[in-house]
Amino acid sequence: MGIRACGSSMSEAFENCARGMMSLMLDLEKIRPERRVRLAAQGRERESLLVSWLSEILYRVEAEGWAFRSFEVSEISDTSVRAWGTGEALDPERHVTGAEIKAPTYHMLELREEKGRWTAQVIFDV
Amino acid sequence: MSLLGSIKKVDDFTWEIPPDAQEGMLVPGVVFGDRALLEKADRDNALQQVINVACLPGIVKASLAMPDIHWGYGFPIGGVAATGAADGVISPGGVGYDISCGVRLIKTSLTHTEAAGRLRETIDLLNVSVPKGLGTKGRLRLERREVERMMSRGAAALVASGIGWEEDLEAMEENGCYAGADPGKVSDKAVARGREQVGTLGSGNHFLEIQVVDEAGPLAEKLGIFEGQVVVMVHSGSRGLGHQVCTDYIEVMGAALPRYGYRLPDRQLVCAPVQSREGRDYLAAMACAANFAMCNREAITHWVRECFERVFGTGARKLGMELLYDVSHNLAKAEVHEVDGKPASLMVHRKGATRAFPGSRPEVAERFAQTGQPVIIPGDMGSYSFVLVGTEEALRKSFGSTCHGAGRAMSRKAAKKLVRGEELRERLESRGIMVRSGHLAGFAEEAPEAYKDVQEVVEICEGAGLSRKVARMRPLAVMKG
Repeated sequence: MGIRACGSSMSEAFENCARGMMSLMLDLEKIRPERRVRLAAQGRERESLLVSWLSEILYRVEAEGWAFRSFEVSEISDTSVRAWGTGEALDPERHVTGAEIKAPTYHMLELREEKGRWTAQVIFDV
Repeated sequence: MSLLGSIKKVDDFTWEIPPDAQEGMLVPGVVFGDRALLEKADRDNALQQVINVACLPGIVKASLAMPDIHWGYGFPIGGVAATGAADGVISPGGVGYDISCGVRLIKTSLTHTEAAGRLRETIDLLNVSVPKGLGTKGRLRLERREVERMMSRGAAALVASGIGWEEDLEAMEENGCYAGADPGKVSDKAVARGREQVGTLGSGNHFLEIQVVDEAGPLAEKLGIFEGQVVVMVHSGSRGLGHQVCTDYIEVMGAALPRYGYRLPDRQLVCAPVQSREGRDYLAAMACAANFAMCNREAITHWVRECFERVFGTGARKLGMELLYDVSHNLAKAEVHEVDGKPASLMVHRKGATRAFPGSRPEVAERFAQTGQPVIIPGDMGSYSFVLVGTEEALRKSFGSTCHGAGRAMSRKAAKKLVRGEELRERLESRGIMVRSGHLAGFAEEAPEAYKDVQEVVEICEGAGLSRKVARMRPLAVMKG
């Protein structure tokens, strides 16, 4: 299972990718924007940064019980991202619509920029 | 691009992709299957993945694919690859994110006729006793040191705390404890992800099923299996802890890759020498995740026994609820196999493949010396599951490996388009199969149509000599995350 997300900047592609990943597991419409939390990830280059970013979000969902409905990247480079995640505590009864995602993979991973348009493609292990 | 043109038929069940089919291949690819399975594997690009694995540094003999081969992330699912323990690599992607995902079968002395009237009550109780699905917490609240004990000592740690039976340990690979585990090599994040998940089923293709044995062959009696017997199958893995270990070490090895100078056809195949610091660290962490997975399945077994005790009003021992066997189908193991007529120390990666050793191997418990190691093959929800045993021939042909299940024939997305969860539930219920599922969309992803015919896969494994059939089971009640 995978997603393809677009954006007019690298930040937007990262935000949309994260939102896409959450939508595979949870009903985003049912998540209330109650709290914000700081998110950060590092990578060796852009693509590994994208994997680290999504892995960090999965960790927050699974270990800290977050349900995110949106993301806002505040700083981004080829090797580091800082962002805010907005949502509430995960309620399996109310939010869950899909299977757990085990991890984002490197298989067929893509992050490209063409004429100012960013596209990201990520395959997940479900 | 089709690869069928470059494949040679070896016999009715064996096909070879010669090493000159693509630049970089160090060994041939060998696929066990019939023509139809081969064509399917070609269409979904899994044959290309067999070729990619044939490029792994230090791979010996062949890049193998079992008959349930399908497209995976880097390695094909159903892939087996052995590398030299001294000069080869270990690849976390060749084990997978769900380290030691596996299956076990718990026997009972109940017949279907005796149990039939109470199965609804049993599955309903199981449904509230075994946590499942995303975001649910396990019933055990564990401190880090308790998780560390499970990671180091495996299922014995749980048994020591009164969860599970001592005799279960002998019915697990490695007696329930994979050697070389070092919790110091497991990240805090991995522990945090898994800490509240011991004894949870998870979601996706993981399930718990009450089944009835509907065919039992000549070997069944030796394993305590008989026609009409009620059994329970559990399919789960190392949960978030294993997923995080794999994620962590794919990064570690990705960072180290330039140092080793490997050129790989797929980034997901990232690897490091078995004898390097990265390789050794990963193996120590992988062993922790494997031990954690066996603890997870052992804890679920404990809840299953408790549920049966409550419903049937008798002790689990009186109900004959022994563990037949527990197999891992995502793991790398240090094993000795014959290569070029000599014993060789190897690292055998099985990604969606099951160890299927004959009784002669020292790794197999004495009680299975006559039959061979039991192999548990889960089918899909609407159809059969199987008990097989390992063979001498498997040792010669596939490093003692066989299939792990039906294998997907359709992507999750395609399955959801084709089948609605509610329809599927009704269809199964109309056939007398009770269904308890967390969410129906995910349930539809696991529709029988989405899988290859498990019977066919098992027949091919038998035809190729990779395992022998012992018994067939059909589902009575299914519980999914």
